[in-house]
Amino acid sequence: MSGDPIYTEMIIEYSRNPSNFGKLENPQISRHDSNPLCGDSIDLYLNIEDKKISDVKFDGKGCAICMACSSVLTEMIKGKDLDEVKKFEKDELLAELGLEHLIKTSPVRIKCALLSLKALKYGIYSYFAEKMNDVESAGNLKDEAANLY
Amino acid sequence: MQANTFSLEEIRKDFPVLDRRVRDDKKLVYLDNAATTQKPIQVINAITDYYKNHNSNIHRAVHALAEESTEAFEVTRDKVAKFLNIQNREEIIFVKGTTEAINLVAYAWGRDNVQKGDIIVTTEYEHHSNIVPWQLLRDETGAKLEYIDIDENGELKLEQLDEYLATGNVKLVAISHVSNVLGTITDIQKVIQKCKDAGAKTLVDGAQAVPHMKVDITNLGCDFYAFSAHKMLGPTGVGVLWAHKELLENMRPFQGGGDMIREVHKHETTWNDLPYKFEAGTPNVADVICFSAAIDYLTDIGMDTVRNHEIDLTKYALEKMSKVKGLTIYGPKDPQKASGVISFNFNDVHPHDVATIIDKNGVAIRSGHHCAQVLMEKLNVAATNRASFYIYTTKGEVDTLIDSLEQVAEVFKL
Repeated sequence: MSGDPIYTEMIIEYSRNPSNFGKLENPQISRHDSNPLCGDSIDLYLNIEDKKISDVKFDGKGCAICMACSSVLTEMIKGKDLDEVKKFEKDELLAELGLEHLIKTSPVRIKCALLSLKALKYGIYSYFAEKMNDVESAGNLKDEAANLY
Repeated sequence: MQANTFSLEEIRKDFPVLDRRVRDDKKLVYLDNAATTQKPIQVINAITDYYKNHNSNIHRAVHALAEESTEAFEVTRDKVAKFLNIQNREEIIFVKGTTEAINLVAYAWGRDNVQKGDIIVTTEYEHHSNIVPWQLLRDETGAKLEYIDIDENGELKLEQLDEYLATGNVKLVAISHVSNVLGTITDIQKVIQKCKDAGAKTLVDGAQAVPHMKVDITNLGCDFYAFSAHKMLGPTGVGVLWAHKELLENMRPFQGGGDMIREVHKHETTWNDLPYKFEAGTPNVADVICFSAAIDYLTDIGMDTVRNHEIDLTKYALEKMSKVKGLTIYGPKDPQKASGVISFNFNDVHPHDVATIIDKNGVAIRSGHHCAQVLMEKLNVAATNRASFYIYTTKGEVDTLIDSLEQVAEVFKL
């Protein structure tokens, strides 16, 4: 199966040992999301200090792609400024794991890959709206989340 | 009965899609028959013939094509009656599938016959289509919805049915004839008898039964029976609801529109006779007509032969799969107690990853919750893999499935 472009060493490794896996106690932001067709189901927890993501964790059940992408996403956004995170695009995440091709080749599996990013965008959109009074960013994030896949 | 007339090789020639190559030029191994079956050339030709030579609306116009179409449509009704030993052809309602059939009963019978304090009983191994309509009816009426649990073999704990029936409040028991995930064959005769004795109505979801075994509706004695054509070699978009004439006559219509009326005036309407009272609007004429060809095909093979082939395959698959390290099989391990459906998980690999990897080998299985999330919760899994067989499935294909699992093990370093 060496020719399989999805199940790389990195994805298998992350699915076996996900990063930032677990719960945050009393997180400022928590967001649940699921893929009704395949059964991936995750919770994303975020804490924010000085407009930065001070801590992030996720837990739940999912396939290897979902686990790997959630791991990488949390690694990529941890410590980042919210203004950077709000601009975070799906291509960056997919490229990190070599999964850009999924957009074209697997409309079903792309949902597994982007579930945590969807949860992130929905999670911080309400934070922008309520805590930062940044209606424009909130609106953009909500649209992006809704149209992610 | 039909012994020796069954040639797998000959049968496979009738299914053009089985020659397909998929992915990297791999031979298609289609093991998702519980979702939908492939169609023989006889069914494909029937639909082409209909649109080429006969296409017309039915039951109204007097021209030649309309007469031909109407006759062919009604011939399917007669064939369904004969296939399932139904005495009165007017008790056969064409709908678009099992889901619509169950919703029809929930709407047109349930709303007038189920009240606050009544109990509707279903089971833990139902498809969502035999749960959600009853939740909706419960919410509307204030009735209670109760479940018969399954045991560790994936069989129903029927003593729980006795307890529910003993309350005297059960109005309806809605139950699968065969579980779409576990393949468990319900002891349906026993369930129906218990319900009859207690004065409760029974609705049987036969979507996974009619395609795979001989079903005799008169002999069963249930009140409602539902199934779909596309899971038995027929087209999508056609299903059947069967119910006793007296029940149907006393039910309100499901949908209003053309064909279901006798007379329409500004402020009142009278209903057409059965079955047309429940067939509002132009039905799925072409697909109902080509469903005939599917029934003929299965009749020629013989349902006992179909069943025996599946028992043989399931026995073979269970024996081989039980030797695969890390493979968990859900449901009955006795092929006599199940239809040709095997649900499994492979080590801790998510079913979607299993299905994606073996798909590269051309092996098509279903992965997910199979529209049975209540059952997934019970089994304490997010999802399962499901391989399901039919008359054209070979032992070689079962071998390919099992060999492909080795590749999953390799990828996941198991």
